[in-house]
Amino acid sequence: MNGNTKQSLYIWSVVVAFTAITVILGDSLGMLSKYPENLALSLTEPLNNGMRWFVVTFGWLFKAIAWVFDWPILFAKTVLHAVPWVAMLVLATYAAYRAKGYGLAVFCAMSILYMVTFGFWEQSLNSFSLVVVSIPLAVAIGFGIGTWGFMSERAYRAIMPTLDLMQTVPAFAYLLPILLLFGFGSTVGLVASVLFAFPPMVRNTIIGLRGVPQPIIESGIMSGATPSQLFWSVRVPTARRQLLLGINQTTMASLSMVVIASIIGGTNDIGWQVLSTIRKALFGESILAGIVIALMAMILDRMTSGFAMRSASLDLAEKKRRQRGWLICGGVVLMTALMAHLIPILSVWPKELIINPAPSMNAGLEWFFLEFRVVLDNIKQTAFFYLMLPIKIGLNQAISPFSWGFSMTPLVTTVYVVLVAVPVAFMVIKGRYLLAVWAALIGLLLYSGLQGVAWTALCMIIIVIGWQTGGRSLAAWIAAGLAFILLTGIWNPAVISLYLCGVAVLIAFVLGSAIGIWASENDKVSVLVRPVIDTLQTMPLFVILIPFVMIFKIGEFTALLSIVIFAIVPAIRYTEHGLRNLSKEVVEAATAIGSTRMQLLFQVKLPLAVPTIMLGLNQTIMFAISMLVITALVGTDDLGQQIYIGLGDGDFAVGMTAGIGMAIIAMIADRITQSISRKMQAKLGIRLEQGA
Amino acid sequence: MSVNDSFTPKLSCRNLWKLYGPGVSGFLSDESRLPQNGGDGKLLAQSIREQGGIVASADVSFDLMPGEIFVIMGLSGSGKSTVVRCLSRLVEPTSGEILLDGLNLLQASPKELIDFRRYKMGMVFQSFGLLPHLNVFENIAFPLKLQGMPLQDRSARVERVIALVGLEGREDSYPSQLSGGQQQRVGIARSLAVEPEVWFLDEPFSALDPLIRRQMQDEFLRLQQELHKSIVFITHDFLEALRVADRMAIMKDGAVVQIGRPVDLILKPEDSYVREFTNDVPWELILTAGDIASDNAPPEGVREVSADTKVCDLLPYLSEHDSGVAVRTADHSLYHMTGKDVIAALASGMSTTTTAKS
Ligand SMILES: Nc1ncnc2c1ncn2[C@@H]1O[C@H](COP(=O)(O)OP(=O)(O)OP(=O)(O)O)[C@@H](O)[C@H]1O
Ligand SMILES: [Mg+2]
Repeated sequence: MNGNTKQSLYIWSVVVAFTAITVILGDSLGMLSKYPENLALSLTEPLNNGMRWFVVTFGWLFKAIAWVFDWPILFAKTVLHAVPWVAMLVLATYAAYRAKGYGLAVFCAMSILYMVTFGFWEQSLNSFSLVVVSIPLAVAIGFGIGTWGFMSERAYRAIMPTLDLMQTVPAFAYLLPILLLFGFGSTVGLVASVLFAFPPMVRNTIIGLRGVPQPIIESGIMSGATPSQLFWSVRVPTARRQLLLGINQTTMASLSMVVIASIIGGTNDIGWQVLSTIRKALFGESILAGIVIALMAMILDRMTSGFAMRSASLDLAEKKRRQRGWLICGGVVLMTALMAHLIPILSVWPKELIINPAPSMNAGLEWFFLEFRVVLDNIKQTAFFYLMLPIKIGLNQAISPFSWGFSMTPLVTTVYVVLVAVPVAFMVIKGRYLLAVWAALIGLLLYSGLQGVAWTALCMIIIVIGWQTGGRSLAAWIAAGLAFILLTGIWNPAVISLYLCGVAVLIAFVLGSAIGIWASENDKVSVLVRPVIDTLQTMPLFVILIPFVMIFKIGEFTALLSIVIFAIVPAIRYTEHGLRNLSKEVVEAATAIGSTRMQLLFQVKLPLAVPTIMLGLNQTIMFAISMLVITALVGTDDLGQQIYIGLGDGDFAVGMTAGIGMAIIAMIADRITQSISRKMQAKLGIRLEQGA
Repeated sequence: MSVNDSFTPKLSCRNLWKLYGPGVSGFLSDESRLPQNGGDGKLLAQSIREQGGIVASADVSFDLMPGEIFVIMGLSGSGKSTVVRCLSRLVEPTSGEILLDGLNLLQASPKELIDFRRYKMGMVFQSFGLLPHLNVFENIAFPLKLQGMPLQDRSARVERVIALVGLEGREDSYPSQLSGGQQQRVGIARSLAVEPEVWFLDEPFSALDPLIRRQMQDEFLRLQQELHKSIVFITHDFLEALRVADRMAIMKDGAVVQIGRPVDLILKPEDSYVREFTNDVPWELILTAGDIASDNAPPEGVREVSADTKVCDLLPYLSEHDSGVAVRTADHSLYHMTGKDVIAALASGMSTTTTAKS
């Protein structure tokens, strides 16, 4: 055993001992167990006052900006509404064909027909007009800042951490300050969506511009380019693909934020349609509207990525043909627009003809729920009592005659202690001390639950994890973050966030990596899985909620399922990617010395893919947190709920502290998993050297 | 101007230093240590390295004559690219002088520099450096477009260089659709489109396979016969240097070890480093009949050849004619050369290299 592991063994033993003491002594520890409320600084008043002062003092400025932004939105709305839907259909279908061929064109045409005939055209256009205005703004801002970050190393160092922060602060939390500053109206949606959508453009701009190969730049200089010629004629065109990818990501972020922003209400758009029907438990309606959002997301994604992937290199004939194609398309659009003048149904779909299967869907759903109530309830109860509650409030409190059939008598406690002690002892005998200590810690946590364990113990555990993975600076950083959470009095909801997120990540990661492994070994599975996770990833978060709310009603279990389903995407993707992209030589060498397929997988491929899989875990956590906030809509009582409440009451302090608290949790998780992955990479590097 | 005077250098590189690393400008601030002021260049470079600086180019000086092909050779990392990048000021020299037609390039303003590059210099890169989003025609026209040349003149110029490098019919192709050899033709055409007076080629053929490389060398020589540019050509392939060089420099650790005609380097290498390069050179490729012929007068009636005929070209004849050939030197005297003389000369070459090795 080397010094390093010895040291961490001591540290972890101390942690376990301390946790054990807090568990045994329980509430008799007083302040050390429950964080005293009077120690929380009451920041609410000063923060709200500060914000009020700010709004009173600078409000006119933001109102003016809002007024300016109202015009392009109004303009976009007017234009979009003035165009008959057939004309839009022709235009969009042709653009889809250009971007990605017949498949997407057909898909696009069908989707627009769906929106029109099911009566969502107006709402779709209202949402779309916000997206249309926000994309160019976000792209321009992102490109500008990205270029700045590319030109100046100083700017780069300032921009990157700001982007990190902006992308971890939950989208919800953006809304409140914007709402307070700009006042109700479409501008809130626009500003929020621009703010949320420009960071990916910055990143892609920097990556793209940095990635232009040196020889190309040098040949540009030697061709006699002035600095501005070098930028616009050499760098930008060479980085074209990355820039277009940035536009793709910006588009998706913008749409997703426009949908989320409709939560503040007052807009007759598609997000509002989904939200208001969910709240009224009109699931048929909300599914139908949710489908519209999903369709919009898929079309926008495929179209922008299609344009990004398309080669810019066209020969002259092809260029001419495309120009002619667009001209013809323009002609057809004009013609259909004229035709729509004569045939009104082509311009405005009459209300009487709207297809509305929602009532019958609702009836069907009702029948289904009545029929399967017992099964569904059983699923929910089982998960709740045997998985979620123990982690949340601990076996200590979760075990009750009502759910488990027996209560937590001293005998049961003893049995539990033995059940934990036996494997721990076994590990000690095997010499795996660190593992034994961890097992004991998990046993303790399961007994008292995340909510039941003393705040001192939980803080200590988190800080030590940070210290062991990322060194002293990370530990200090985490301590500061936890101090913020404690001092602002949001410890309890933060623990619930931690618990929900933790359980969801656990499930998503285990399931996701299993599927990822399977998909890496089996091409058929891969082909099946890929479109599913692609679609899930482009889906606005709202939409993912709908089916689960429908089946399991509101509550933590619904929240958990939605988070798992969304967070499983990166777990699958990274695992498969990591396993499929190993160095060929290593795999071939292992095959050549006669490994079986299983040996190859578990002893060669998986260990080598661990750093990538860890990055997948990192992304799983990030995805989980962004979904976690949205699940406030289905009634969780975590930080997300606080943000939601703050938004509802216009309470800046409550919403903001909760938002920052969530960002802190996200950043802690991010730093820890990143350092683990880096450590593993370093370790693998060393191992490879030893092997060579 | 002195452009047409074949005894004034087209381009002069004087005491060129290029250092990388922190605090590099300080290393050369003591003027008295510079070689041109009587200091020892090698010692200076050594001491800079000991202080943690990277010496990419150390006191490099040479002249490029009008119409000459000057080859720079050396191992990887010896500073060849650095020198040629300094000549075009893609890299800012730390110290030294670069005179183009007698004008100091290092004092040129950014605008003047752009004009130099637009009208006087061309450069070809090992990795081609083509713009992926432009087709062959547009790539070649790119420098002309930057100059703001009207479209018609541009097209005429581009058509001409395309014909010159033999890319007719590929005007609409994109770099990704071309083979390596074709891409480098585009690179060459692009650098020629501006009709430069000085032409820099940094390992232009190294990325190509041997067969194509040879073919491109032939075409390069053909082009040069037509164009008479003043050329700095970088390679690490001695055979390539041999084929194209009028004069060449061998570099080591940023410094020039020896400058001369290829034959001089082979026959009179300065040190073992230079000899290592020339080791594997087949002597029959560089030895001429004049180098080998004995002092005896030739017998009557044998075939007569001039003294600068390459030995390799005579081998087939000598193998069938024991009587050998008569070699006519520049002063019109005749000497005798037989197969035996050739064998003896090659053998002596072998022995010099083997002794050098041991
Ligand atoms: N930007 C830079 N920063 C630091 N060191 C550099 C830089 N560019 C070149 N060098 C160093 O300068 C030295 C000379 O490099 P250079 O590229 O001129 O070599 P070269 O002879 O062209 O080699 P090759 O045959 O591999 O192209 C090398 O030691 C290299 O590491
Ligand atoms: Mg080089």
